[in-house]
Amino acid sequence: MEMIYLDNAATTRVDDAVALAVNEVFLESYGNASSLHDVGQEAKRHLEGSREKIAAYFGCEPKEITFTSGGTESNNLAIRGLAKANPEKKHIVTSVIEHPCVLDTCKDLESEGYEVDYLKVDEQGIVSLDEVREKVRDDTLVVSVMHVNNEIGTLQPVEEIGIICRKKGVYFHTDNVQGFLKEDLALASIDLMSISGHKVQAPKGVGILYIRNGVKIKPILTGGGQENNLRSGTENVPGAVGLAAAIDVDFKIDEVRYSRDKIIEGLMKISGTRINGSLTHRVYNNINVSFYGIEGEALMLMLNEMGIFVSTGSACASTKLKESYVLKALDVDEMYIHGSIRLSLGVDVIGKEDYIVGKVSEAVEKLREMSPFKLPLEELGVGGSELGEGKIKGVAREVEDE
Amino acid sequence: MDAVVMGNVDYNKNVMEHFRNPRNMGELEDADAEATVGNPSCGDVMKIMIKVKDDVIVDIKFQTMGCAAAIATSSMATELAKSKTLEEAEKISNKDVSLALGELPPIKEHCSNLAADALRKAIEVYRKKTA
Ligand SMILES: Cc1ncc(COP(=O)(O)O)c(C=O)c1O
Ligand SMILES: [Zn+2]
Repeated sequence: MEMIYLDNAATTRVDDAVALAVNEVFLESYGNASSLHDVGQEAKRHLEGSREKIAAYFGCEPKEITFTSGGTESNNLAIRGLAKANPEKKHIVTSVIEHPCVLDTCKDLESEGYEVDYLKVDEQGIVSLDEVREKVRDDTLVVSVMHVNNEIGTLQPVEEIGIICRKKGVYFHTDNVQGFLKEDLALASIDLMSISGHKVQAPKGVGILYIRNGVKIKPILTGGGQENNLRSGTENVPGAVGLAAAIDVDFKIDEVRYSRDKIIEGLMKISGTRINGSLTHRVYNNINVSFYGIEGEALMLMLNEMGIFVSTGSACASTKLKESYVLKALDVDEMYIHGSIRLSLGVDVIGKEDYIVGKVSEAVEKLREMSPFKLPLEELGVGGSELGEGKIKGVAREVEDE
Repeated sequence: MDAVVMGNVDYNKNVMEHFRNPRNMGELEDADAEATVGNPSCGDVMKIMIKVKDDVIVDIKFQTMGCAAAIATSSMATELAKSKTLEEAEKISNKDVSLALGELPPIKEHCSNLAADALRKAIEVYRKKTA
């Protein structure tokens, strides 16, 4: 059976060349980068070489790059580190669709007396610049808005948000875990930025926090004083080398984007289908799609049986369905939140678009046969699909075309 | 944790077999009674249709929108109820259904409780209709 991995937003396979580079460090340059002897200094050269390569990629200074254990730690360091260094500022602005490592960090700070404003998103999952302007105050510590959402792939206007913050003299942080190496981002208006290795075919357990020179921040991990005193702990040299090596990976972005659009087109031929998020402001490899009358977990499992690996935003657990808070924030109809899956594509989809659409259609059909909910086709119109700009109660695209 | 990844769910072979090949699935033409339980906001919705002759369930079908646990327990509940008298079928408990399937993941207990409820409700509807 053919296996197709469509969960690259969860994590990726390490690239062959990256794995070789990392392995060489494991075997040959295993020293502690803080040791003064030759073995340690050899490791340090690898660490600093990686930092320089990443800095060159972003056009920043190497000392603005701090290695961490991944996206979660980078986001924690950004928000908590700023909080520690700027205790007079007790207000935070973020969005309702951030990753849990940002949302729960903000909640944690709320319990310590911080006030947090959560920016709403529109039906495509995009925050409003006007709301950013309204919410920023004199005592705002940081505005934290992600570049690319992990569930729906929506791109936020982070450069513009950064400009607003800069004018108001407020720090701006962006979680760029899902956008790094995939979607361009100029650092000019950004003060802090989080990145993770395992989303870009580098190893798990390594990440970066970009911190613009002059930003007042304190460490949250204390100890040996590594990473310019910002992140104690023996340096993960193989991880750093892997992250730097990932810059050379060819993600075939244009081809995969083309495959994505071809798959979306194919899926839209299934009646009662909804593409969640924005069609225009969307990361090149994300498809978040809902099918009326079926349940995402069953669909995921059935596709799993067919060798197609996707993820779902809703799963029923304990006494209540755990709905995707992201789809809820987009005001997606309940029946469609249930039947949502996420396909996050890698290069192996190229040329397999029809095969994937065929398998998804087959699984949807099987589950629909089992479902007591029949498509309200009168309501949806012929074809009964829509592209997700409006609410599903609206008219189908096919009907609009006429 | 990635927000989209499912929880820690591990279905046994029997559950997966009933999920892949559900028994008695579909619509029952000229059903004598039917009942639907659950609602979309709690995850699973199950409809059971029965045909009764001389107090015996001579045919039974289900339709379920839900997770694998919900589909498998619907399938098993209908298997257990088929050819039983109403009195026997009424006694089929949620526990009987899950025992017949083998262990269900603990967080799926809620989903597996719907099938026997739907069956009992369909019998109740039938009794009211024929009383
Ligand atoms: C948007 C976003 N932020 C942060 C993270 C956390 O990154 P990590 O797994 O490296 O801790 C993820 C990954 O799940 C993510 O998708
Ligand atoms: Zn369920």
